[in-house]
Amino acid sequence: MDRPSVRISRWDLWSERLRKWWFRFSRSPLSVAGFIISTTCVMLALLAPLIAPHPEHAGWYINTDEALQPPSLKYPFGTDQYGRCVFSRVLFGMRYSFILVGVVLSIVVPLGTLLGLIAGYFKNTLVDYIIMRIADIFVAVPPLVMALAIAAVLKPSLINSMIAVSLTWWPWYTRLTYSSVSSLKNEYYVIYAELIGERRISILFREILPNCLGPILTKATLDVGWVILVGAALSFVGLGAQPPTPDLGTMVSEGAHLLPHYWWVSIFPAMTITIIILGFNLLGDGIKDIFVEERW
Amino acid sequence: MIRTDVAKFIIKRGCSIVFILLGLSVLIFVLARVLPGDPARMAAGWSAPDWVVEEMRKKLGLDKPLHIQYIYWLSNVLKGDFGFSIYTKRSVTYDVLQYLPITLELLIVTEIFSILGGIILGVIAGTFPYKLPDNVVRVVAYIAISMPAFVWAIILQLLFARILPIFPAGGQLSPGVTPPPRITGFTMLDSLISGRIDVFLDALWHTILPALSLSFGSMMQNARILRSGMVDIKGKQYMLLSEALGLPLRLKAFKYQFKPAAIPAITAMAMSIGADMSNAFLVEVVYNWPGFSRYGITAMLNKDLNAIVAVVLVVGIIYAIANFVVDLIVLYLDPRTRYASHTT
Repeated sequence: MDRPSVRISRWDLWSERLRKWWFRFSRSPLSVAGFIISTTCVMLALLAPLIAPHPEHAGWYINTDEALQPPSLKYPFGTDQYGRCVFSRVLFGMRYSFILVGVVLSIVVPLGTLLGLIAGYFKNTLVDYIIMRIADIFVAVPPLVMALAIAAVLKPSLINSMIAVSLTWWPWYTRLTYSSVSSLKNEYYVIYAELIGERRISILFREILPNCLGPILTKATLDVGWVILVGAALSFVGLGAQPPTPDLGTMVSEGAHLLPHYWWVSIFPAMTITIIILGFNLLGDGIKDIFVEERW
Repeated sequence: MIRTDVAKFIIKRGCSIVFILLGLSVLIFVLARVLPGDPARMAAGWSAPDWVVEEMRKKLGLDKPLHIQYIYWLSNVLKGDFGFSIYTKRSVTYDVLQYLPITLELLIVTEIFSILGGIILGVIAGTFPYKLPDNVVRVVAYIAISMPAFVWAIILQLLFARILPIFPAGGQLSPGVTPPPRITGFTMLDSLISGRIDVFLDALWHTILPALSLSFGSMMQNARILRSGMVDIKGKQYMLLSEALGLPLRLKAFKYQFKPAAIPAITAMAMSIGADMSNAFLVEVVYNWPGFSRYGITAMLNKDLNAIVAVVLVVGIIYAIANFVVDLIVLYLDPRTRYASHTT
């Protein structure tokens, strides 16, 4: 086997690739805005205990003397009906939202992708039918309704809302991977790999999987926002994380009763949810631009 | 030839819908029965003595094995009986029939808003791509799509019902207005049939804010897809040809540009109907709307299993019908989908 005369180190290869990706990504100012917004949100959530002016207000804390104060320097987003700092609670609420997303996506993406790989590779066999028909059943109801119903049947809590969202979310990855795999399995490099007797596991994970990662990564980025939305919706109606957990959805619904006068209690958490979803939507669209090469 | 294809498609889809709904019913039934929590205990009440719980278990058929329970339950559902609600103490079927039209009415108004608004904004943006109107629509679309429907609901309620009291803050009819006699269950339709224009206007006035908050997301989604379709098609050769032939603007804009651009938007509408339907569960809570979705939320908060199962199944049925209708419309509009089944 002859080696190339010019050695290209792995580092050079990746830095070149990253530069190309960043070039495609940064062509749209909206994508860059999305990148900034989403990384800022993640950093704020990570550093919440350091940034929050009143970290002890995240849990049970009652100080009726300072209840329902408007935004001020001491309380940037005002205080709620128990005198807790809304800004600190929003920061910790973002933390819980990202924990929810992290858990859900790290269950759903590998599981859904694996099932889609198997079903797509063994297309038109019993395995394919069983996996895809079960996926069809789970998507027969819009995800939010399904998650609400499952969360209701279980006991409302943060863990159970993670379970409920995960149960409703995996089929989308299965379907996405399935559709890429069913076309990729007819590519020559897969057929040749089969001919030279490569093992099936190796064909699935080394030949096929890397080529369907683009759409999966795009979807996962967009889903960060949507999973946060569903999590907030669950707790908004009271089927998600229970107080005193500082959850954005719970904060919106509790503040909604105080609305015209004490608007800051619910509007700031609501805007936070919107900004997180907006950031990840823009970021996801930017990542989509990286992988859609034919576009330019 | 085309006719038989369409017939085949309808039969195929009908079968798969029945299969999926059966699967869905098994899924929720199993979830509701297997997961922790004892329905007999819940039906009897927490403080009931054990023998009452056992009696209740026998009465509800919960002492039988799971598959026998499912067959009993399914045969009742096929007869239109979803069982008894432990929360409202009424038949679930009665409750669903009572509340469903009220939500459907809201959803119909929502879809009217989202389709009309989507077409107008999409066509404006698509006619002037990369110009000011297009950029404005794009930025507004990102914000509208990212803002959850319940946040829209709260903000619209705050702005247009509390600060500027133009619209009512909740409910379906003003207090003191007698609802029209129940004919179809759709309040607006009933008030028109019985000739009560004032009630119709009152109901419409109450519908506008919830319908707007539901429709913004799907409206901008429709606009975005329509816009990108129109821009794509503008670059096609046949548009240049139609320009060269000097075809009238009406023909050029509607038949050759708008119609093909509308197909992906219509396909995406199936998804947006699903999103609107699920968002109704939250918006109805905000606006205190006496509909099916709020009934569903109440059932969920009270662990009313029969009602939860019924709500999920009904949502599944409506969603399946909506998808089916959308596919039929696409089949009618897009000849390629009709011929596709020939070639493969």
